[in-house]
Amino acid sequence: MQGLANPARFMRLSKVVQPWLALASVLLIGVGLYFALFGSPADYQQGQTVRIMYVHVPSAWLGMVGYTTMALASAVGLIWKHPLADLVAKAAAPIGASFTFLCLATGSLWGKPMWGTWWAWDARLTSMLILLFLYLGYMALQSAFDDPGRGARAAAILALAGFINVPIIKFSVDWWKTLHQPASLMKMSGPTLPPSMLTPLLLMVAGFTCFFVVVLLLRVRAEIIASKIRAIRLTQIHGSHESPLADRLAG
Amino acid sequence: MDSIATFFEMGGYARFVWPAYGLVGLVTVGLLVTSLRTLRVRERALAALQEEMPGRRGRSRDL
Amino acid sequence: MNRLFEIVRRDLRLALRQGSDSVMVVTFFVLTVILFPFGIGPEANILERVSPGVLWVTALLASMLSLDRLFQADYEDGSLELLALTPTALEVLVIGKVIAHWLTTGLPLMIAAPVLAVLLHMNGDGFVALLVTMLLGTPTLSLVGAMGAALVLGARRGGVLLSLLVLPLYIPVLIFGVGAIDAVVQGLESGAQLLVLGGILLAALPLAPLAAAAALRQALE
Repeated sequence: MQGLANPARFMRLSKVVQPWLALASVLLIGVGLYFALFGSPADYQQGQTVRIMYVHVPSAWLGMVGYTTMALASAVGLIWKHPLADLVAKAAAPIGASFTFLCLATGSLWGKPMWGTWWAWDARLTSMLILLFLYLGYMALQSAFDDPGRGARAAAILALAGFINVPIIKFSVDWWKTLHQPASLMKMSGPTLPPSMLTPLLLMVAGFTCFFVVVLLLRVRAEIIASKIRAIRLTQIHGSHESPLADRLAG
Repeated sequence: MDSIATFFEMGGYARFVWPAYGLVGLVTVGLLVTSLRTLRVRERALAALQEEMPGRRGRSRDL
Repeated sequence: MNRLFEIVRRDLRLALRQGSDSVMVVTFFVLTVILFPFGIGPEANILERVSPGVLWVTALLASMLSLDRLFQADYEDGSLELLALTPTALEVLVIGKVIAHWLTTGLPLMIAAPVLAVLLHMNGDGFVALLVTMLLGTPTLSLVGAMGAALVLGARRGGVLLSLLVLPLYIPVLIFGVGAIDAVVQGLESGAQLLVLGGILLAALPLAPLAAAAALRQALE
């Protein structure tokens, strides 16, 4: 952990790790796609639409992983005042939001043939919709300040408050759903998947996760460089006075 | 040839399955491309700034 | 404790002197609820069915109206910085502000709600439940709202931003507030829903002031 704490060392390490992760991601998604589209059977109830699951479930997973990453990084940034943690939180938000959106869109495309409607107030879909708004609020708050440090700290507090709220929201939506459960809706895929479907699903989840880390590293590197640029500009403005931020980032 | 056609038909659900995969492909590739492009643009901006300030060059060798 | 009362009294005095805040909030509440019969028709059975939801959703929106001014004036004229320098913890300041906010918005909303429930033909059994859920729910709205208000201090477009931050966090209160009333109207027990509402309030009571005080501290840095 200590090795990652230094931005310069993080840059070097991420450059080493990134190509391997990218390769793993391409291989896993490639093999996963083969199984998802050719090598797995159609569901006896849902027919070929079950193939949407192989992109829907990884998207949902990354939507939640993104928020968890954001909240954990925010906590580290708030408690230890670590600049790198703030940048990780900032970089994770748009990725997580994109996958949350994909989860909703693919869920809708799956819902139309299965439920006969583009949108059902299914407990899981509803929770994901609220999660998307938590992401949007986070990103809006972060970019609403002229001072990026201020935006990062305010957004970190919001991310933690949201993280505490996610289980409460999940619980309320589940409870609300059981009250209003329409009988006509078909149950989504049951808890146990046959291995022929589980294999492509796990491959896709693993591949998507590698992809998430690759993009996260890219974005964190871009954020580190942005703060370096800002630090250099600051020292240019203030002449010879060294800014502590520049020292910290220059490592 | 026939099997390819049935594959793309997706048992009559082609208009749901393919848009789902297409959308996921579009968004993920878009995410990757925009992230890469931002990184490249900023790397170039930083290099240009460091050209202007040769005195600070040594300190940022880790980039 | 004395400081707490002092803060509440100061805020109440300011609110009363400006006069308009509570009146505006209640007027907005009444007016928006009155829009619904125009939007969905005057049939008594439909209005009765949607009345708990309409009242609660509108109350959420109304309670947000005065939120962005919660810390704004004190932040702009510098008195927030002075308050932060006193030995009183910022958490106490936040709790004082929340109490003042609840007294000037939550309480008037609670008083107005039964009258509007009559206009929406709410089932007579639901009135007590409506009052109890509002008593348990509106303080949570003020608490969570105070956190949002502290976070957007000094932000661009703070007012709109505030609603984007706070509304998703209000959803549990809405679900259980409406759920308790619906249960009573249908002749069921509403104890579980009220317990959850109370639980959410008890959880927000320490957590929201902590978060709000942290947000204030970083706003003053």
